[in-house]
Formats: sequence, structure tokens, C-alpha cells
Amino acid sequence: MTHQPNYSPMQAKAPAPPGPGLYPSGPYQPVPPVSSYQPVPPVSSYQPVPPVSSYQPGPPLTSYPASPGQPLLTRPPMGGLPSHTPPQSASPSPGPRLPPAQATPPPPSVSSSSYYQNPQQPQPMAPSWQYNTAPPPMGPPASMSTPPRGPVANHVNPAVSSTAPPPPSSAVYTSAPPAHVSHSATQPPGPRMPPTSAHGYTQPGTVPPPMNPMAPHTYQPSRAPYGPPPTGPPPTMKATPPPTGPPMGNATPPPPKAVGTVAGNGPQAPNSYNHVDNKMAGLPQPGPPGRHLGHYPSLPPGYQNTSTPHNTTSPMHPAMQAATQPYTQAPQPYQQPPGGPGPAQLSPSLAAMSLQSSTPEALRVVNLLQERNLLPPRPIPAPTPCLPQDLQKINCNPEVFRSTLTSIPQTQSLLNKAKMPLGLLLHPFKDLSQLPVVTSSTIVRCRSCRTYINPFVSFLDQRRWKCNLCYRVNDVPEEFMYNPVSRSYGEPHKRPEVQNATIEFIAPSEYMLRPPQPAVYLFVLDVSHNAVETGYLNVFCQSLLDNINALPGDSRTKVGFITFDSTIHFYNLQEGLSQPQMLIVSDIEDIFLPTPDSLLVNLNECKELVQDLLKSLPTLFEKTMETQSALGSALQAAFKLLSPTGGRMSVFQTQLPNLGVGALQSREDPNQRASAKDIQHLSPATDFYKKLALDCSGQQVAVDLFLLSSQYCDLASLGCISRYSAGSVYYYPSYHHQHNPAQVECFQKDLKRYITRKIGFEAVMRIRCTKGLSIHTFHGNFFVRSTDLLSLPNVNPDAGFAVQMSIEENLDDMQVVSFQAALLYTSSKGERRIRVHTLCLPVVNSLSDIFAGADVQAISGLLACMAVDRSVTASLSDARDAMTNAAIDSLTSYRQSVLTIQQPGLLAPACLRLFPLFILALLKQKSFRTGTSTRLDDRVFAMCQLKYQPLAYAMLMIHPSLYRIDDLTDEGALNISERTIPQPILLQLSVEKLSREAAFLMDAGTVMYLWIGRNCNPNFLSQVLGVPSYASVPDNLFMLPELDTAESQRTRAFIGWLRDQRPFFPSLRVIRDESQWKASFMQNMIEDRTESALSYYEFLLHLQQQISK
Amino acid sequence: MMVLLLIIAFDELKTDYKNPIDQCNTLNPTVEKVKKIKRVKIALKLVLPEYLIHFFFCVMFFCAAEWLTLCLNLPLLAYHVWRYMSRPVMSCPGLYDPTTIMNADILAFCQKEGWCKLAFYLLSFFYYLYGMIYVLVSS
Repeated sequence: MTHQPNYSPMQAKAPAPPGPGLYPSGPYQPVPPVSSYQPVPPVSSYQPVPPVSSYQPGPPLTSYPASPGQPLLTRPPMGGLPSHTPPQSASPSPGPRLPPAQATPPPPSVSSSSYYQNPQQPQPMAPSWQYNTAPPPMGPPASMSTPPRGPVANHVNPAVSSTAPPPPSSAVYTSAPPAHVSHSATQPPGPRMPPTSAHGYTQPGTVPPPMNPMAPHTYQPSRAPYGPPPTGPPPTMKATPPPTGPPMGNATPPPPKAVGTVAGNGPQAPNSYNHVDNKMAGLPQPGPPGRHLGHYPSLPPGYQNTSTPHNTTSPMHPAMQAATQPYTQAPQPYQQPPGGPGPAQLSPSLAAMSLQSSTPEALRVVNLLQERNLLPPRPIPAPTPCLPQDLQKINCNPEVFRSTLTSIPQTQSLLNKAKMPLGLLLHPFKDLSQLPVVTSSTIVRCRSCRTYINPFVSFLDQRRWKCNLCYRVNDVPEEFMYNPVSRSYGEPHKRPEVQNATIEFIAPSEYMLRPPQPAVYLFVLDVSHNAVETGYLNVFCQSLLDNINALPGDSRTKVGFITFDSTIHFYNLQEGLSQPQMLIVSDIEDIFLPTPDSLLVNLNECKELVQDLLKSLPTLFEKTMETQSALGSALQAAFKLLSPTGGRMSVFQTQLPNLGVGALQSREDPNQRASAKDIQHLSPATDFYKKLALDCSGQQVAVDLFLLSSQYCDLASLGCISRYSAGSVYYYPSYHHQHNPAQVECFQKDLKRYITRKIGFEAVMRIRCTKGLSIHTFHGNFFVRSTDLLSLPNVNPDAGFAVQMSIEENLDDMQVVSFQAALLYTSSKGERRIRVHTLCLPVVNSLSDIFAGADVQAISGLLACMAVDRSVTASLSDARDAMTNAAIDSLTSYRQSVLTIQQPGLLAPACLRLFPLFILALLKQKSFRTGTSTRLDDRVFAMCQLKYQPLAYAMLMIHPSLYRIDDLTDEGALNISERTIPQPILLQLSVEKLSREAAFLMDAGTVMYLWIGRNCNPNFLSQVLGVPSYASVPDNLFMLPELDTAESQRTRAFIGWLRDQRPFFPSLRVIRDESQWKASFMQNMIEDRTESALSYYEFLLHLQQQISK
Repeated sequence: MMVLLLIIAFDELKTDYKNPIDQCNTLNPTVEKVKKIKRVKIALKLVLPEYLIHFFFCVMFFCAAEWLTLCLNLPLLAYHVWRYMSRPVMSCPGLYDPTTIMNADILAFCQKEGWCKLAFYLLSFFYYLYGMIYVLVSS
């Protein structure tokens, strides 16, 4: 393609790969930037006022006190801002304002003097124009039928594309062949006025100056047909099919628009895949037609219905007019919240059209300093990639596979310019309610890159398919021609493999190196004095006894037990013994197995002995006085025991290991906990655990660590054992069976889940991606065996992974890229299975499109992972700076490259409006906070969680949800299996939102706080908590009494529903003003100022200061 | 030369990924893994000898009072010392951590480091050769 040379200047200055390191900007100075700011003491002085629903400059109650010195605040909200706002004729209720970009002069003036005027505009027309002339004017009717669908079809069937009319047979292979036809078909009209449309509905500011001039124009149009995140409202339709010419005449004549849109794809897709002349596409074009059309982009959508400058071609293309309507109707979609009516209710083509307007919504400019209520009332859904609807429909579920940028930039330099990290977040082994499983003797894979066949491959004809990752053409095996679902022959594209982005194969024997291993569970228990004190053994043994039949496995399942203090105790459970036999090995320096084969026994055959042991174990060590712990040796022994088979090792540890190999010293200085200086000792003290973990990983052994300790345990070192063997870490600080019942309940519930959840053994996960993309770094618990292969001795349904990506080669000629994660594992039933997830994302080449596709939650999640790495390899303050800089850089980039109107304030696109908030939340999160006393283990555990938890749970730990729950109603409630679950709205995490008359629930992922106001409604106290008055609320209330009142049922239903959504058990803490947990509750009020950290508003001002520098 | 082997080892690690045909042996993960770990180990084994040999050379230059040559080599010696001091926590001698070596940044850095050292050693080799011949001829 012709872009290459034009990009080179940018590439020359292309900076480092993304990462916190990418953003090398000035140090973060926590200086309260504005003098007029009046800090509101966060805790004590909150106002007993009902939450303010929107920011109003006036009332002194808000935490942004309006002060005369601050003109920003008194300014009317954005909508009114620029003088050039046109009368908004077409948008009935301009609720959320138009993006300022749209606030432009009316059409007439536009043509010559628009200040969006872009010197490059003439050229862009070229490709499409030239291209348009080429193909024969075929079948407009065909194109009319499904115009907005688009370019997918392009690479689907070159043959068809070059000769427009789709033979019926071809329809079989491609999901939307007509769309393709529309290209060639609509091209003839093209020359008249092609790509204007691109601008009509994407932001005018889109073209970054140094960009290849033609790029934005040729590609942007291609987005349009891709369109559809499901936000489009039906209203779009009402203006839809204007029957003929004049009435429909818009400022930008609709048909050409459609043409432009469609034709715009020409140079892109057809060039690469179809037989279209590349050179022509790249030629500079004769200016005039394009030149004066180039300005339409700046039309405010509202105007487009009102004037009819060039109405040349309209009468003939009613369908195309229909297609263009969404653009002209753009303002209406703006009023829709992102999660508006899905496409489901719309007819497919309508949905596809209306969805296109979501781009402006995502890019709507938000002045963060002025708009107070940015938090949506419901949890934010993942943004939908701009793909054609038929692709999007089958795309991978965002809960399983999610990208930080739903539109992939075309080049690394573009990515660097956007200053946002590119990466994937995976939850590959998530429990799914519906998962197609395929049993087949041959699994169809690409012969060169070994990609599994997936919905995004293209079938060239019945016998050949083209890989969507490496573009190799493969044969369709004979077997694949038969479709077991429909029992028909000759329809390979209807096979479940090609219909589902998430699928599981039962693997034949080629996928096994050895016979599938049995499920093997080994429990390694600390029985030193300290451990017995905590009383965890009772809970453990009881839980295991209760759930022993639910342990996943088959008739081959094996279990074993090892206990240790200063010596290692093995248990001979061989069949035939009357009672378990304990074997003690006291030579911990050179550990050996006392008997080779009866320590791990078949669970079914020896169940009674196992149960005996579990019953006697807690009493066995009741009187022990041994205080030392030889964890290292116990682990070595356990490794020896498990290494012939592989399996899962569950280690329960209650103190710092202080004997034998792997002994650790206490490194924490309690006086330094709150120090604002750098936190030391985040990295392991010894590599013993890491090396052992690697050995375990080699023998398919995973180690799960349960740390129940009240003192420092050096999780940073111990955690390595799980981290590199793909285990998980559970941490219960201050666990005690009497003093801390909340932790006990939590431990019980977690243990139950742990014992009964699904498990995959001897697993590997490979992540493949389209040629040109490559994997930069992985985050999570695993050992990286090769650049794209993770070794996971065990995989569990609660493990999340993150992957940083980089773009190695330009993705010029691609419209979409795909990522495939394939997880090969042995199920607990001894089956070898492969779970394949495939994600397809569009490629874009303008910064505005990249910003429009940004997924703020995923970005925050990935940044958190990167920051954890950074704080371990460099320092915590480095990581904090890097996060702040990430926010600064991306907003700066947005301001400089995407926005055309420079207005004061801190501007962010709507899709990133929560970015600063999440960054601030991260800075105040346990992992990264400074100045607040945080125990080292707590901090390290929080870091583990950030890296290991799937995004949905990690987000709660970053930014907890706050609900008011004393006035729950059934209005808008969900109904799940005959339970009514009220849905209160999310509140901002600010003391300002609290009120003394109410009760609030804060859901912080692993813990929930129920905060009761001093003057709380007595009704709530009696009906829900079962106490007569505020004063009688008990101090240690960890569960809600089961009262038979409507309020109680609602509250419990809501809390239960929140708990059901996650695999771990969040304990509930009811707190009053005097309660010991109050501090941790208040620390989660991240929008407020604390002694050591900025408030949200101060943070925004800090960002603004840095950006305008 | 040592460094050459080092570079080859790293290159193998990286290209292994670039060349998808080799790559696709998911069928035999263990074999592949063993191969991979071996490569890392080769890299591990090569580092110390390289450092020692370089140190030995420096000592010899010092004894021979070859001040200029010694000066040329001192920066590298210092770099080696620094590099070894700041290595990741590990109980055995070595420089590379198998758990982080696959990180793209670190792999790229190691490769670049290898190439730079290769260039340095090559140049110094010719310089020593020149010095030796010069001495032989002049004596």
C-alpha cells in the first residue's frame, strides 16, 4: 500500500514500547495545585445532605467548593461553551451535548472556512475516487439491500468481489456477501462525492497532522460499515427512508455518503485481497470533487436534514439513503447511555446503521473539571468493538477475552502516539453456562501457524479456508464437510467450530505426551503451635470431610497429606490398615520419602482411612509446643511425592518459615509501614521458592498457598511458589477461630469453592495473534515457556491473565485482526481437552478511532499489572509516577491530536472519562498507596490479586462500588430464578455521598462494608439489622439476620446476588462510626482527600497542570 | 567465541517464536520445554566464563603494563561487575532469570547487549592481533 513511506517520519520518532516506561514524563508532584481549593476533611465533616445528583457550582456542600477564584466552575456546563455552537435544530433534546467537534458552523460557511479545514483533505479522496471508477457499475439493487454491512466480505471471497453479483452459492460461504457487492456496485456514483461521510460522523479532529493524508479518509469510512456497538437507538429510524430525492436531500447528499463509505474500503480490502489495481487506488486524485466535500465532516448533524446543496443522485438509491440516515441523525444517539437498547430489538440492518453513531458517543468531549457525575448508575459494560454486526454477534464474550483497545491501531507508531497500553485480558477457564464441546478425530487447524479453525476464518470455497492469523489457504478435511449438528453435508461454515468464538475440543491422542494424569491432590498442612492456635485445622478438616465427594476427579483420583512443624510427617493411608499411620522424618536437610507408594492413595479405595485421618488430625497436634516451621523441606517432600504424576499441592502456612531450606527472615519494619518513602522488600528474599516452583512446573505440579497468619510471613518470597507454578494465593490476615469469625467464614467459603471448583491439569495456554502483532509481556501466575506459550501445571476457573501486545509490522492491509487463546488441559475426568477463544477486532488508522475504542476498565487493569511489575523491578514511587503519567500522556495525546478546538479545562473523550478516577483509585489502592499504614504482606497480596484476578473482580478491588441500601425498592429490579434483586444505583466514592440518615453498602471485592449512619432510619435498623436503635448495633456484626421482612429480604437478596457473581466470598462488615473497620471503609473513599493523597478534584487539577505544560 | 554462542542462544529463543512451523509442536510440550530450558541454561553457563576470561585478560594487560589496552577494557569490566551485582536474586551463579527472560523487553535487551559485546570483542581481537604483529615485527 501507499501508506508506508508516509508513515516513516513518525516511525523515526517512535518511542519505546508501551508500558509505564513508555511515559517518561516529569515526576509526580503532589502539590495541591489550586490555592482556592478548600479541602473538605473527608471523614469527620461530611454533610448530612442527600447526595447531590449533579455537580452544581453553587452549593457549598459539594467537595468542590465553588470559589470566586475559579472561573472554571462557574462556567455553564460544556454544552453552552463555544460561540460557534449552531442552533441545534435537529436534535430534539440535546441532553448530553454534542461533541464540540460537532458544534460547528452551518454548512454554507463550512465549505470554505471551516476551521477544521485540513490541508490534507483533498488528497484523501483519491483512493476511493480512483477506485470507484474501476469496477463495473453492477447491481445497485444488491447493494441497497444491505449497504451498511460491509467490508467483512471483502476478504471472504475475492472471486465474488471482483464480479459483483454474488452467485447464490457464494452466499453459502460468506456471512454477508451482498455487502461486498455493494462495494463494486455503488462505486460508480462514487466519484461524485466520496468520502465526505467519513467526516460527517467521525470527529473532524481526527486527522493527526503528521499522518498520511490519505489514510484517515480511506480507512475511516471503513469504520462506518463496521459500525456497530449496540448503542443505537431505534429513534434513528424515524428519519429513515425518505422516499426520494429532494426531501431526503441533506447537506451531504446521502447516497454519495454511502458511496464514500463503502468505496472507502476499496483501497483497503480489495487491494489486498481482491484483484483491484493497487496503483490506482493510491494515486493522487483530481481535487475538485473531493475538495469541496472535504468540509462536510464538520457539519453539525443537526443541519444535515435541513439544507440540500448537492442533491444529485438521491432518487435512485433509497436503500442507501436509509443507510446514511444514522449519520444525519447522529445527535439522537448521543442521548443514549452507552448501554442503550441493543441491536437485538432492531432489524439487523437498522441496528447496524444506528450503531455507527456510537463512535461519537465514545468520543464526546467531557470536561472532567466541570462534569461531576461521571460515574454511570450501573456497572460499566465492556465497549463493543466496531465490527460488522454478524461478526460481533459471534465474537468472544468480553468477560472471557477483552482488549484494552477495541480498535487496534495500524502501526506501532500510532499506538505510541495514543499513549495507551495495548493488551489483552483473559479469563480463559471461566465457568461458562454454555459451552459447545466438539468431539472429533481431527481438529481442523491451520497448517502453518496451527491456529484452530474459528468463526473469523474465510472460506474461499467449499474445500478451502483461509487462516485469519497467517492468511495461509488450507484445505477443508473431508470430515469437516459433514455437520453433526444439522446432520447435513457440504456446509463447513455451519459447523459449531465456525459458529462459536468459544469452543472446547476433546483432543485425540496426538495431544498427549503421556496418558492423561489422574486428579491428584496433596495437602500440606502447618501443624506448629502457631497453626494450632489459629484453629484453622478444624475448619480445613471439616470442609474437606464435607466436600470430599465433590472433589473433582474420577475413579483414579488420589489424595495425600503431609503435615509439618520442625519435622515432616507423612501419612500412610494404604488400604488394609486399620488406621492411618504417621511417619515422621526429622532429617529435614536431606528429605526423603519414607515409603514410596502408599502416601498418595486412591481416594475411592481408601476413603474411610482418609476420613479417619481428617477427623483425628485436629486433635493430634492439640498439645504441640513446636514453634518452628520447616516449610521449605515440606515443599520439597511434597514435590517428590507428586512429581511422578503431577497434580495439585495445597499448602497451608501460618508463620514465617524459619527452619531448614527456604528459611526466611522478617524483613518488615513496622515503623516504615506508613512511610511515604519507598517501600522495600517487594521482591523475593530468596530464589528457593522460585526455583522449586519451576521444578514443580516442569513436573506438572501446581502449588496453592493459603496463608493464615497474624504476623509478617514474607508473602513476597513465599508467593513465588504459587506464582511460577500457576497456583493461587489466599491470604487471611489475623486469622483466628475465635477472635476473627469473619475471616473464618471467609476461609470456609473459599475453601469450599477451592475444593469443589473445576480444575484442569497439565495445561498449556498458547496465545496466537494475527501476523504483525506480537506478545510483549504476560501477567498472571504461570511460567512463560516460550514467547507465546504459558505453562500452567493447573488451571482453575478463577485465574485471570493479562498480556501486553506490541505491533511489530504495520497492519496496513488488514481490516480486522484476531487473537486466539488455546488452552490445552486434562480435565479431572482424565480427558484431554482444548478450550479455544477467538477474539476479532477492527484495525483503525486514526487516533480518534483508537480513542473511541478505548476500554477504560481494561486499560486500568492492564496498567495495574504493569505497575505491579514496575514496583517490584524498580520502585513503588516509580510505579506511581508511571500510572499518573499514563493518564497525563493519554489525555495530552487526545488533546493535541484529536481535539481540534482547544478549550480550557481537562478534556477527555467520553470513553476515557473515568480514566483519571481509576488511576487515582489505583494510587490509593492497597498495593500502591503510600503514607497510609499498610502491612507489607497486605500490600504484596493486593499486588498478587491485581495480577491474578480476572478484570471484573480486579476492578472492584480498584474502585469499589458504593450503594445506598436503606431505601431499596423493587423498581428496576432484576428477577433471577424467582428472586427479586433490587438494583440501587452506584454512588461516587466520596463522603459527600454519605448521609447520616441512611445506610450504605460498599462492595470492595473481597470485603463488603455496610455503613450505618448515626441517624439511620430506625425502620431499616429494625427491619434489616434486627436491632432497635443505632446504639445497639453490635460491634462485630458479620452477617445480616434472616428476618422475615421485605426490607431484609431485599437487602439480603442484593448482597447475595453480589456475592454470587464472584468465585470468592466477600465477608460483610457492619460498621458504625466507632467501629474498628471505619478507617478501612474511609480509605476506600477515593474521591476524597486524605492526609497523604490528593482528592479527585486536586488530582484532576494536577493532571491539567501537567497536560497544559 | 562465547558471546557468539550467547547471541545464538538468545536468537534461538526469539526466533523460535517467529518461526511458526517449529513452534507448533504443542503436541510435545515437555520436549519443547526441555529444549527451551536448556537454551536458557546454555546462556547461563556462558556468562560466567565470559566474565572470567575477560577479567583474566584485564589482569594480563595489567601485568604487562599495557595501560592503553587496559583502559579500553576497563569500562566493560566495570559494566560486568555492575551487571553481576544487580542480577536478580538467585542462589546459584548466573545472570538470567528463566522466569523473566521471556519478557520482550529483557530478551531484546539481552540480545542487544550480546551484539554490542560481540562488536567490542571483535574489534579488540583485531587490535590485539595488530599489537602482537607489531611487536613481533618491531622486535
